[in-house]
Formats: sequence, C-alpha cells, structure tokens
Amino acid sequence: MKRGFPIVGVLTAILLIYALYEALVGAPTEQTMGNVQRIFYYHVPSAWTAFILFFINFGASIFYLIKRNQAADMVALVTAEVGVVFCTVVLITGPIWARPVWGIWWTWDMRLTSTLVLWLIYVSYLFLRRFSSSGETPLLAAALGVLGALCVPFVYFSIWFFRTQHPQPVMGGGGSIDPRMLHVLLINWLAFLCFAFLVCWSRYRLEKLQRDVDADHALESLLDLRGSAR
Amino acid sequence: MNALSGITRVTLLKDLRLEWRSKDAINSMLFFSLLVVVVFSFSFDPTAEESRQIAGGLVWVAFLFAAVVALNQTWAREIRNQVLDAYRVSPAPANSLFVAKTLGNFILVSVLEALMTPLFIVFYRLQSLGPVWQLGLVAALGTWALVVNGTFFAAMSLRTRSREIMLPLLLFPISIPALVAMVQATTAILDGEGARFWIVLLGTYDLVFTTVCLLLFETVLNAE
Repeated sequence: MKRGFPIVGVLTAILLIYALYEALVGAPTEQTMGNVQRIFYYHVPSAWTAFILFFINFGASIFYLIKRNQAADMVALVTAEVGVVFCTVVLITGPIWARPVWGIWWTWDMRLTSTLVLWLIYVSYLFLRRFSSSGETPLLAAALGVLGALCVPFVYFSIWFFRTQHPQPVMGGGGSIDPRMLHVLLINWLAFLCFAFLVCWSRYRLEKLQRDVDADHALESLLDLRGSAR
Repeated sequence: MNALSGITRVTLLKDLRLEWRSKDAINSMLFFSLLVVVVFSFSFDPTAEESRQIAGGLVWVAFLFAAVVALNQTWAREIRNQVLDAYRVSPAPANSLFVAKTLGNFILVSVLEALMTPLFIVFYRLQSLGPVWQLGLVAALGTWALVVNGTFFAAMSLRTRSREIMLPLLLFPISIPALVAMVQATTAILDGEGARFWIVLLGTYDLVFTTVCLLLFETVLNAE
C-alpha cells in the first residue's frame, strides 16, 4: 500500500499536466464566450468530484452508525474535508466565470444556491468535528452526516422555483456540448478524481497515524500511572 | 407504548411547570424577538406595500432567532445534578424524553408566536389576503420543523465546547429548506396566492426529520 502512493502520485501529476494542457490549449475556443469558457474544465469536474465525496461521506456515516467501524469514521472525515475544498473551488470558479459572461458575480439561482447550502452544511459538519470532545466525535458527526445528506433533496425542492440562468447540465440535462469539449472535460474529471483520491488517501494515512499516536500516548500514561503506583 | 407516553407526559409537565414558575425562557424569547422586530424596522422601511413582500421572511427570522434561545436552555437544566446521566442509566426509553422536550419547546415557541403576531401586524400593518387558517397550518408545521431539529442538535451540542454557539451553527444550514418553505408559504398566503406546494414540502420535511431524529436520538444521547 505504502509503495503504491508515490506511483499513484506521479501518475496523477502526469494526468493533471495533460488535462491542464488539454483544457488551455487542446480544447476548441468557445464561440461566444471565448477563452473565459475554459474555466468550465475546472468548475464542472470539481463540482462532480465534490458531490461524489459528499455521497461517500453519507455512505460512510451510515456504515459507522451501524457497525461503529473506525475506518468508516476516518473515511467520512476525510471525504467531508476534501469535499468542502472542492466545493469551495466550485463556488470560487463559478463567479469568476459569471462576471464576464453574465455581468454579475453572483445570483440567487437554483444551482448556485443549492451548492452554497451544501457547502454550508458540510462546513457545519467540520465545525462539529472540531468542537466536540474526541470520544464522541465520530457518533455525533455520523448523525449529522446522515441528517445533512437527507437535507439535500429538500434544498433542491425548496429552491426549485428560483429562476435559473445557469447553463443546463452537460449530463442528463438539456445541455449539448461539442464532443471534443466533452473529451477534455472527461479527462479533467478523471484527473480531478485521481487528485481527490490521492489527497484523501494521504489525509487518511495522516489521520490514522494521529489516532495511533494518541492511542499510544494514552496507553503510555496508563502504564506510567501503574508504574508509579507500585 | 404506555411507558413511552407516561414518561413523556411526566417530563413535559415537569418542564412546563418549571417554565411557568420561572418564566425564564419565555421572557427572554419575547424580549429578544421584540428587539429583532424593532431592529428590523430600523433597517428596512416598514411601509405597507413593501412590508408585505418581506414580512414573511421577517417574522420567521425573528422566531428562528428567538427559538434558539429556548432550544439552548432545553438540556441545560438536565445537566445540573447529573439528571441526564441518571436518565441514561434508567430503563426509560430515550425517545420519550426526546418527544417530551420537543413538545415542550413546541409549546413554548407557539406561545411566543401567538404573543408576537399581533405586534407584527401592528408594526408592519399586515393584512392577509389569503385564508388565515393556512397561516396557522404553516406556523404549526414550520415551528415543528425548527423545534424537532433544534432539540436534536441541542442534545448534540451538549457534548461540544462552546455549545451555545454550536447550536445555531448546526441548526441553521439544515433548516434552510424549511425556512425557505415557511417564508415562501407565508408570503404567498399574505399575497392571496396558493401555498399548497410549500405546505406539502414542509409537511414532508417534518415527517422525514422527525423520523430520523427519533431513530438517531438514543445513539446521540448515549454517545460516549
């Protein structure tokens, strides 16, 4: 497992460089928007990656509630953290694109609002993890993870009637896209997924190490107590 | 089932009696929401035409902030003298405690709403163009949505550092869909338009979150 990490790291780096080249040079320039449209190759893959990570968080939270498995808790923590980072990227790249194209940075549109609320829910999740005492954190966080994920469809329905000016979804929506652009988009998504996986993996190892160290410390102080009592 | 309702009743009556004697929560909530109303009226110009557009939002934001005051005090009482620990050791079902606390908060916030609504009507010159019973329904469903999640998250934030600030941090993001539905429904009814979609959405939200809170409460109460 440990040897695999640098290999995956190098492969991801190569993939990211290739994806960057494709997005900036390889992809055809959009007719009306021009080069601004190229931010799309970061915006959309980040959004998809964030949604997948939040979904994994939901699954891991349920698994933890049923099995009380430490690894599931660590997966939930890691995916929430990395998911929030990707969601932040979505919320930052969106306005950068919107400013020249729509003429405004932000609008209370259905898709923008639902992404923002999603971000808020998972930031509150991270707050809970930070502020609760360590022994109870996994359980409370798992409960919030489930409630937060259940909230998502309601967020979607509650702002259903907000007018939308966001472009239609590329997949499963009414939007259409040049096959060459789609190709670049999918390469970028693959690169982002690999990158997210790599960061999650690294963060998971760090968290595991941290917990092992904490457990050792606790054991050591326990043994010290027994030694001094003798 | 019998034990559940019995314990719920006893706990609820105890809480209500305590509140009736001290009136701590209701007084601070009343004054707090009064302050919100006054501060808002300085921030916006409460003339009749515009106020109808924003009144739905205003009312609910005031009640949401005031409800947090009550929700924060829900479990604080049980921490003193280790009442909650005693409860966890006892064979009483955890959900009966949760239902009692939720009902208690529901009654408290409903009383607050009943007392504050006339003030809103006077200050913002409100007039409902739609049926008033629908406003009552929205109020009941909306209050339940706030209170059921709020009671649950208050129990959760008991275990955290700086728990007073933790409750709104957890409650507000999850409550956004309910808040949107309440505000839209209230505004629609005040304007004399149909609010059926919002009422159904609010009802579904209540159903889903009540079920999940009941399923998870025992785990959260016994988290160690």
